[in-house]
Amino acid sequence: MIEQTIFYILAAVAVIGTILAITEKHPVHAILFLVTSLFSMAVIFYLLAAPLVAAFEVILYAGAIMVLFLFVIMMLDLGHPEKGMSPQWREWLPALLLSGVSIASLVTVIASRHATVAAYPAALPIREVARRLFQEHGLAVELVSLQLLFALVGALYLGKQSKGRDAQ
Amino acid sequence: MIVPLEHILILAGLLFFIGMGGLLAWRANLIMMLVCIEVMLNAVMLVFVAGSARWGNPDGQMFSLFIMALTSAEVSLALAMVVYLHRRRKTVDTDMFSEMRG
Repeated sequence: MIEQTIFYILAAVAVIGTILAITEKHPVHAILFLVTSLFSMAVIFYLLAAPLVAAFEVILYAGAIMVLFLFVIMMLDLGHPEKGMSPQWREWLPALLLSGVSIASLVTVIASRHATVAAYPAALPIREVARRLFQEHGLAVELVSLQLLFALVGALYLGKQSKGRDAQ
Repeated sequence: MIVPLEHILILAGLLFFIGMGGLLAWRANLIMMLVCIEVMLNAVMLVFVAGSARWGNPDGQMFSLFIMALTSAEVSLALAMVVYLHRRRKTVDTDMFSEMRG
């Protein structure tokens, strides 16, 4: 019972944090709101019997990716909301309309089903997850490592200071 | 499974469409577009983990790990590209990068 309560509180925190993040004019504040939302998502993952994903959510998403965003915002000096980069109220209208229609249709479809708590399946030990990951999906792990290597090379190439051509 | 699967799907759908609305509203700012894409991918991960917990199958957790790896690769490349574009034009406004239109 306490877990249900914690889940709904965390869901509210995640949704409100995300809404605040995308309506915030200052990019650094938006990133910090999003970190709050990601932490509550990590606890939701833990409640859903996925402690590995929860740990990676904190380490990778809230730790690495958001810090990368902060670094880029600070390095390019983009934290000035008065420069007019934030959307006007007129630009919010189609976004609000489209996401409102999508959310309404989704809630209608899902609420027409009978929501019941499923029988508790056996908990997934990390040993089982790791065995499936490295025995049955070993090729996918190799592909992911190749993908990360390509991303590293691409980021190095794009970030390289080329003389002369950028002078224009 | 502590709550019905439908409630988790509603939460994930809310997060996904909030991210989509943000992506449509912030279409002039590259950084905030990337942030909104992060929100959407995070909602997709929530759906995978919820399915994994509902049916007791670890494949969903694996897919969420793969999505996480994809996201880190995507963000590193995209932010490198943002730095590159900012070095050329001194802005991250997407309206300024329109010379491909001919």
